[in-house]
Amino acid sequence: MAVLSIRDLSLEFPIYRGAVKALNGVTLEVGRREIVGVVGESGSGKSVTSMLAMRLLVEGSYVVTAGSVAMLGTDILAASERTMLGLRGSKVAMIFQEPMTALNPIRKVGDQMVEVIRLHRPMPAARARMEAVALLQDMHVADPEHILGTYPFELSGGMRQRVLLALAFSCQPELLIADEPTTALDVTVQRQVLLLMREKARQKNTAILFITHDMALVSQFCDRIYVMYAGSAVEDGPTAEVLAAPRHPYTRGLLNALPDRVPSRAVIEAIQGSVPDLTSLPRGCAFAGRCPLAMPACQQRPPSVSVDPAGRHHAACWAVPGNGSGA
Amino acid sequence: MGDTLGLLWYRIRKSPLTLAGLAVIILVLAVMASASALAPHDPNVVDLGQRLLPPSALHWFGTDEVGRDLFSRILYGSRQSVSVALFVVPVAGTLGSTIGCFSGSFGGRADALIMRLTDIMLSVPSLVLTMALAAALGPSLFNAMLAITVVRIPFYVRLARGQALVIRELNYAKASRAFGASHWHLVRWHVLKNALPPIIVQATLDVGGTILMAAALGFIGLGAQQPTAEWGAMVATGRNFILDQWWYSAFPGLAILITATGFNLFGDGLRDVLDPRQKAG
Amino acid sequence: MIIRRLLWLGLVVLGVSMITFVVSHLIPGDPARLIAGERATDEMVAGIRQHLGLDRPLYVQYWRYLSGLLHGDLGTSIRTSRPVLEDLKAFFPATLELATFALVLATLLGIPLGLLSAVYRNKTVDQVVRTLSVTGISTPAFWLGLLLIILFYAKLGVLPGGGRLPEGIDPPTRISGFYILDAMLTGNRPAMVESLKHILLPGFTLGFVHLGVVARQIRSAMLEQLHEDYVRTNRANGLPKWRVVIRHALPNALIPSVTVLGLAMGDLLYGAVLTETVFAWPGMGAYVVSSIQALDFPAVMGFAVVVSFAYVLLNLVVDLLYMVIDPRITEAG
Repeated sequence: MAVLSIRDLSLEFPIYRGAVKALNGVTLEVGRREIVGVVGESGSGKSVTSMLAMRLLVEGSYVVTAGSVAMLGTDILAASERTMLGLRGSKVAMIFQEPMTALNPIRKVGDQMVEVIRLHRPMPAARARMEAVALLQDMHVADPEHILGTYPFELSGGMRQRVLLALAFSCQPELLIADEPTTALDVTVQRQVLLLMREKARQKNTAILFITHDMALVSQFCDRIYVMYAGSAVEDGPTAEVLAAPRHPYTRGLLNALPDRVPSRAVIEAIQGSVPDLTSLPRGCAFAGRCPLAMPACQQRPPSVSVDPAGRHHAACWAVPGNGSGA
Repeated sequence: MGDTLGLLWYRIRKSPLTLAGLAVIILVLAVMASASALAPHDPNVVDLGQRLLPPSALHWFGTDEVGRDLFSRILYGSRQSVSVALFVVPVAGTLGSTIGCFSGSFGGRADALIMRLTDIMLSVPSLVLTMALAAALGPSLFNAMLAITVVRIPFYVRLARGQALVIRELNYAKASRAFGASHWHLVRWHVLKNALPPIIVQATLDVGGTILMAAALGFIGLGAQQPTAEWGAMVATGRNFILDQWWYSAFPGLAILITATGFNLFGDGLRDVLDPRQKAG
Repeated sequence: MIIRRLLWLGLVVLGVSMITFVVSHLIPGDPARLIAGERATDEMVAGIRQHLGLDRPLYVQYWRYLSGLLHGDLGTSIRTSRPVLEDLKAFFPATLELATFALVLATLLGIPLGLLSAVYRNKTVDQVVRTLSVTGISTPAFWLGLLLIILFYAKLGVLPGGGRLPEGIDPPTRISGFYILDAMLTGNRPAMVESLKHILLPGFTLGFVHLGVVARQIRSAMLEQLHEDYVRTNRANGLPKWRVVIRHALPNALIPSVTVLGLAMGDLLYGAVLTETVFAWPGMGAYVVSSIQALDFPAVMGFAVVVSFAYVLLNLVVDLLYMVIDPRITEAG
């Protein structure tokens, strides 16, 4: 059973004169113990997807127009808050981008950890403290006792992220959603945190949904990746395959822009144009306006998804062989 | 620009409280303008045979101690109370904001001096200072307006100065200066334009407070003098008859309450609407 | 840092005294004649003028006033003929008791209302609380007081219409100056009950206005906190919404609100001016209104100086309080 299964999800935020169509037919799946990456630029819908999966979006500010979300077999869209409370923090955990502001600034770190631990597993406070120490040690934190007695502002970003990871893993969740967990950290610390995440995930049989805009990171870290653009997944497949042989022009464009992959002395090519306005998406493929391979069919209908013979590498593009020209 | 207004109006429309406030403001302004047409009686006509009558079909709010119709007096009274606010807020607002904008933009010793002066004036309880000033100048509507204005100016100076300081430090202002823009230019284009919304919001909210202050002055006998109808003064006079003729104090005070509430509701709504942190819609 | 603030305090008092001095000398008319009365002869007026030093140049008068201030002498009230300081000292406890009662009321009701208003933003609760808040701050206190007197005293007869105690009941033995407290401490039941009955209406009147102020401040501070990341983190970790609101967001929201609450206390102290007048409450407010109407400027000046002093002192205390309750702030800040 998949840990997270999103099918054809469409979602919009109603605003003055219209709506922001944040998600347009997203299909995404995370299996047990998998590390799945979601790559996309700002506005591609990657964060919205994860926030919706945890039902952390502000109720009433959005409308789901199509699709389904199932987490560990539970229908998330129909779930009550009580059901969600049973999932959050215990079976599914989430960490965010800004460790600097993620903790309550006026309470000690130890108190906050103890509160979360005792919430999911009732136990005496003293035992919870010991548990917190053990969790921090597990995250390779030196002198965890000291850390418990500090206030968040006294700790570095990397350290705070370790605290948050410790809490995330405290109940052995089946899925950890990490929304740009390292973007706000120094490069050296980034790597440490990522390695730590992977190590613990393997250890505790946790799947990870790793959201980022950094192509380079996913290549080292994820088993499978999804590439998102303008609210839908345009390509997905095993990391190595997607990176070696991208089938969607957008993915190719992204990879071509990575300095590492460009031969020296060659010009780095940027993708022409800019991200479409989510309040007025075109009828056909959202990428058509910027695509070097655009055909008439691309303007008329959103492309269907083609699958490679092995069945694991998908791309939503009319130009992919085997997809039919759509004419 | 038209669309910005449209967006503003959309947001205002979405908030029933703000709309209610706007409705009240329009109502009050209409009453002010057409008091003579609306009032069933002449507010100054004395009729000693009709003293202190309770509300009736002829006198909707009853009569006062010399027989004047209270409803008409209340309608005309709107002119005193509201005109004070409509004078005080623009004058104090403009003067204060200008001083504050320049002070904050140019800095230096003049700025430090102005800031100290402002802080001192703001440390004095405004109600007391206003009353003392109004008393010293002599009881009259104009002196009351003057007193309230003078005491209010430091408030706008500090507000505008604060805005100017923030804007001065913003990156685009610095970039402008790096390109050689003169101080004058900076103030005119950047500071004034960006400081304006919070100042306008404050000013709208201030109208309500000024109406209350004017009424308070009227209550203790400063402000518009007899026979001119003024809400605060009417409440004060009514106090003498409070046990048997409760309506005398009740209705003018209600008028004050409704008017101030209208301006405050609208001002609040305006502030929410102009808050850039709100998500679109 | 404290030294600087204290110096500032002194500067403010100086400035305030200057302002009130200037204002009080704007009055047309001759203060000496005012004191002497209508039927005094010119000689008597001249005598009074000389006695009070009113014939000296302005700056000399000011200097005399200032040196008096430094010795704690606020001048003599023209109306009561007593030293202003004595008058104020006598009336202060009554005002403080009323202000404290009102503040407690405003806070006890205002904080929960503001909280509900923020959590249920734009829903019915929010609209109701906001309307209530705005009505509160738009209400002329003197009018509300009168209305309450009409209802509870004139019509229903259940509560007294003014004063701190009824005729026939003596004030309790003075320990703090707070009648209610003193009566409780000395076991004086009748005085305590009557004091409570008498403070209810004026306290509520004063409190109602500030209820709005408090509720709005809490609402605003809470809305800010609810957008903070740690709220999201806690919810992602599985904490129920209300737990996050009350145990995490509220304490964070209260910290910046301390300023407002402190200032509200300051406002209450001098804002009681008209409420005291309406309820014949023997406090500083009633004192100063009578003084203004009698053009008794030494008294008005004295009041202004004292209250400004208290206001700035209160600000200082609030800032110090910040240092205590917010672990992020250190002495150097």
